[in-house]
Amino acid sequence: MSGRGGSLISRRVALAGGGALVVHFALGTRGAHAAGSPGSGATGFGGRGGVGRAGSSLPGSLRRWPMLDSWLRVDASGAITVFTGKAELGQGIETALVQIAAEELAVVPASITIVTADTGRTPDEGYTAGSHSMQDSGTAILNAAAQAREILVRLAARRWRLPAEGLRPERGAIVAPNGRRIGYGALVSAQTLHVRAEPHSRLTEPGRHRLIGASMPRLDIPLKLTGESIYVQDLRPPGMVHARVVRPPSYGAQLVSVDLEAARRLPGVMQVVRDGSYLAVVASREHQAIVAMEALAQAARWSERAELPDRTRLYEALASWPSRALDIAGDRAAEGRSPLAPAARMLQAEYRRPYLMHGSIGPSCAVARFESDQLTVWTHSQGVFPLRSALAELLQLPEERVHCIQAQGSGCYGHNGADDAAADAALIARAVPGRAVRVQWMRAEENLWEPYGPAMLARVRGELDSSGRIASWEYELWSNTHSTRPGGAGNLMPAWFLAHPLTPPAPHPIPLPEGGGDRNALPFYRIPRVGARFNFIPQMPLRVSALRSLGAHLNVFAIESFMDELARAAGVDSIEFRLRHLEDARAVYVVRTAAERFGWSRWAPTAGVGRGFAFARYKNLAAYAAIAVEAEVDRDGRARLRRAVAAVDCGMAVNPDGVRNQIEGGILQAASWTLKESVAFDRRRITSRDWASYPILRFEDVPDSIEVVIAERPGEPFLGLGEAAQGPTAAAIANAIADAAGVRIRELPLGQSASQIRAGIVLRTA
Amino acid sequence: MIDLIVNGRSVEVDDDPATPLLYVLRGTLGLNGAKYGCGLGQCGACTVIAGSQAIFSCITPISALRGQHITTLEGLGTRGRPGIVQRAFIAEQAAQCGYCIPGMMMRAQALLQRNPAPSDAEIRAALAPHLCRCGSHMRVLRAVRRASRASRAVRR
Repeated sequence: MSGRGGSLISRRVALAGGGALVVHFALGTRGAHAAGSPGSGATGFGGRGGVGRAGSSLPGSLRRWPMLDSWLRVDASGAITVFTGKAELGQGIETALVQIAAEELAVVPASITIVTADTGRTPDEGYTAGSHSMQDSGTAILNAAAQAREILVRLAARRWRLPAEGLRPERGAIVAPNGRRIGYGALVSAQTLHVRAEPHSRLTEPGRHRLIGASMPRLDIPLKLTGESIYVQDLRPPGMVHARVVRPPSYGAQLVSVDLEAARRLPGVMQVVRDGSYLAVVASREHQAIVAMEALAQAARWSERAELPDRTRLYEALASWPSRALDIAGDRAAEGRSPLAPAARMLQAEYRRPYLMHGSIGPSCAVARFESDQLTVWTHSQGVFPLRSALAELLQLPEERVHCIQAQGSGCYGHNGADDAAADAALIARAVPGRAVRVQWMRAEENLWEPYGPAMLARVRGELDSSGRIASWEYELWSNTHSTRPGGAGNLMPAWFLAHPLTPPAPHPIPLPEGGGDRNALPFYRIPRVGARFNFIPQMPLRVSALRSLGAHLNVFAIESFMDELARAAGVDSIEFRLRHLEDARAVYVVRTAAERFGWSRWAPTAGVGRGFAFARYKNLAAYAAIAVEAEVDRDGRARLRRAVAAVDCGMAVNPDGVRNQIEGGILQAASWTLKESVAFDRRRITSRDWASYPILRFEDVPDSIEVVIAERPGEPFLGLGEAAQGPTAAAIANAIADAAGVRIRELPLGQSASQIRAGIVLRTA
Repeated sequence: MIDLIVNGRSVEVDDDPATPLLYVLRGTLGLNGAKYGCGLGQCGACTVIAGSQAIFSCITPISALRGQHITTLEGLGTRGRPGIVQRAFIAEQAAQCGYCIPGMMMRAQALLQRNPAPSDAEIRAALAPHLCRCGSHMRVLRAVRRASRASRAVRR
């Protein structure tokens, strides 16, 4: 795709040309953005950027960046550039945004170049997180492109002295009724799109969509599968050198002594960096840096002081740590104060999730260059703008002297080591000014130092009335924060070990409706009386932060497992029981559709195979997902996901195959978390150093089939979908195992309960 | 100096003989296809073909590969002229972040050279050394089946 190629070439030019082009863009963009609010992007989780003083009625991220040329530019040749503050993380956002822009501008996708998160060029849309990209950036670009098209039509009308109504946009030109054409490039001047967005846009009628709703091949896939330069790992600015960091053996360890000569005398070593307990090596070749790092690690002595919880009593510890109790039921508590029918039956249960890794296949990486007091960092961070602020604070530079450019990395699924690696590159680059420094983390570094998805505990108590409906629901939850992203430099791990160390700020809960640990803690079901309490635990013996879906994984696992337990107690089918408590028509649609496509009503049990179902609306405000699965358990009690059918409603689906890809991937990743994963540690150190000590899903575990059905909702607002499968998958698998083996497993990973599952099977076949 | 034959071209590299092939491919030769994932032979992201065997380039020193024919992702085709395996993976959109996929493609290439019509079980078994975190597995399996059909059609 030529558009994509153009963007890559311009980046290469920027690298080779000493940043001149980048500076040019930075100046141009800053002007264009002057009307927007200058927020750091560090406010508000999920990059909603809700603050903006400008035009609060504008849709999506236009609220914060209301000028059309913040989002798109048309040059004199008619070439179109689209700007997004969101990052391509492998989720396919670039392609979907190009589809949207091409649709509304009436051009072919190939005529568009897209520029993603870059502090010198794009709008600040905070983090690419929380399944917000389509809602924020997609909505902004949809409206900006439609308004730009209308401006072009008006310009042509004025030039030809014809009524605008008779003109139509077509393949990059405005066409008059008599067939006369004028290209967009001939209509525009530099100021044409430097106008504020209007609150309302004339969007293309969904019935006339050519691109939106049709699967479009991803723009980045051919590059990735032919070895073109596309990842941050692939950047090779001239004169680039390689660095490695010697990490401490455990949290809070301090360097007692080190013989720097152990590394200095090795081949290729250019610099050994020590700043307090922070140790790094720089070498001309990558493997030389690794050899030097290993030698330096051998020569370093540390004092360790970490105190990690007893992993065999983790959940007792969670419930006992000091916590702040938050009543999160809100309106739901008041929902029904009607007199209750006497409860016929009460159930209660406790559900548990251990610490989970993001587990990127490629460990974190960054490239930085420090030159003339100007820092440039290429990073796979999810938030280049907040990262810029944090790096400026770390290096005590004015923010305008720090330029962060997002380049793709290995999939991250939340806050992994990306920002820390950027901090490493920045710190080390400062020690070798003028040189581009590439820092690539080792596997053990990523595993031991990434911030994990927090361990969680939930207790549910539910009452059924005599008609088999839920009369009351009480939920209590224990969790750490689910975001320690670098709003400030104190959240950059390398800063903790400097001679003048920075410390992380006190953690805060992310408020509902988005929620953090309490994301999806309230059931989406209609229940007369709902109570919910979130015990927020400030103390974090293990480093934690945002992992795809945050608390929704455990909360939906708990709620949807418990729904099955209640259904069973009521003697009602799982689907029927859920439908009894659902009023939202779109929820009902995905539940019925998943059940039908799965063949729920005609499913016949066979030995060792069970079926399970689960539903959630992500955050209770984004995409709807219902998932039906078949799981098999063998005589050793090993469980495997055999088949999955998902029905999702994400509003208007721009790229249906992209939606399928996200849901398929979400199901497989969640199956891995749910069946296999748990971060291991002793009382001092994390011990899950590699893939042998942190096993994840392998091809032998992969199901026979996954089917994804997408609700057709043309013209409806986008509903974030990237994380929607995580919770329902977990519960559906647990429910299917309960069906197959007659054993209810309430602690993740389910696979560690093989002996219980085996006992269940033995009992069944006896 | 060590002589290697990479994607049909003879090259002489001055890296330390103990250097794993991965760093020579990515550093000295500037090739992007093979990826660093674990450095331990546990994830498959670095997989390339030496002779006719898929190997982990992250743990194979160049001294063990003197004079051997090494094929990387770049040797399968280019963006303008992708090879059969590349076309199949692109057609199935078998990637999300795509970081682990080239290793799987090299494994698939080696498998199809040895066994042009593998069964589903054989494909899964061949891919056993490979990890993917995005969950592209279903598409990868479809892509390998597609590549198998396509390569047999070419041979016919």
